[in-house]
Amino acid sequence: MELLKLFLSFLKIGAFTFGGGYAMVPLIQNEAIEVHGWLTNKEFIDILAIVEMTPGPIAINSATFLGYKVGGILGSILATTAVVLPSFVIIILIAHFLSKFKDSPYVDWAFIGIRPVVLGLIISASISVARNAFIDFKSVIIGVVLFYLISFKNIHPILSIVLAGVAGVLLF
Amino acid sequence: MYFEMFKTFFKIGAFTIGGGYAMVPLIQDEVVEKKEWLSDEEFVDILAIAEVTPGPVAVNTSTYVGYKLKGVKGSIVCTLGTVLPSFLIILLIVTSLWKYRNNAIAEKAFLGIRPAVAALVFSAVYKIGKGMNVNKYMLAIGLITVLAVVVFNVSPIIIILVAAFGSIGYYKNREKK
Repeated sequence: MELLKLFLSFLKIGAFTFGGGYAMVPLIQNEAIEVHGWLTNKEFIDILAIVEMTPGPIAINSATFLGYKVGGILGSILATTAVVLPSFVIIILIAHFLSKFKDSPYVDWAFIGIRPVVLGLIISASISVARNAFIDFKSVIIGVVLFYLISFKNIHPILSIVLAGVAGVLLF
Repeated sequence: MYFEMFKTFFKIGAFTIGGGYAMVPLIQDEVVEKKEWLSDEEFVDILAIAEVTPGPVAVNTSTYVGYKLKGVKGSIVCTLGTVLPSFLIILLIVTSLWKYRNNAIAEKAFLGIRPAVAALVFSAVYKIGKGMNVNKYMLAIGLITVLAVVVFNVSPIIIILVAAFGSIGYYKNREKK
């Protein structure tokens, strides 16, 4: 019964989280703490810290984590599947629809208008990342040097993350 | 091919720290520049779709790319690839590493990684913009978007919808003339 509730909860979280990332934090908080009492507030904050430090989408990480807490390995599989399922189905429907209408001028026109908006959205996202990242002079240096290396020297993004981690340990 | 797709998105899933747009540079590097499965325009279109639909951006993108390359089977392979690394890492943490959660070295490493994530996202904007031949109208719309989101907290979904219908209206009108 608890597992079914878990599955439904994360199905709901997956279906109503737009924009990804932190948008789902209040939803999870509501479902996990207030509605079902699976977690205390303090545990939730600990989980968020872990989630931020581990790779992968925040929604997936929290689902796996909470699923494990509520129902072990099976719980984590159920919660993770549930959180992915709604977007998976919706995206396949859209991809299918778009491939059918790809010669329609309306689809073309819509995307011509949308593209610069998406660039603006990515810039906005990087501004909010930058606000948390650039806390002192050292972190600004790391950011500027890496921007140069990634944009103009083509070092691999994964290598840059590893380098930054090492630099963090050495500098801070 | 399926293995190649799985491997690519597994790598993206494993190195996307901080979620959301942090995966944009990685996907751009792997899927657009190296594998050439998508053009810059297609990639930006997918980001727009990912933004107006629910779910994590990384998952949506992998589902879409998978579908585009190999239909439903492809989308399952790519989505699994994206999800699996975080799933396994979180399981590892809850089963054995939970007690080290306040580790000082990890915290320092993340002080370095956060600026790197910011640098990565900025450079993705730079590369995508270069690949798309941004003209002055696009630049203006982009800047208005930044203002609307950062200063006025407008929902991205609303801006995307306004841009889509505005653009359709503009071109429809021009066609008539």
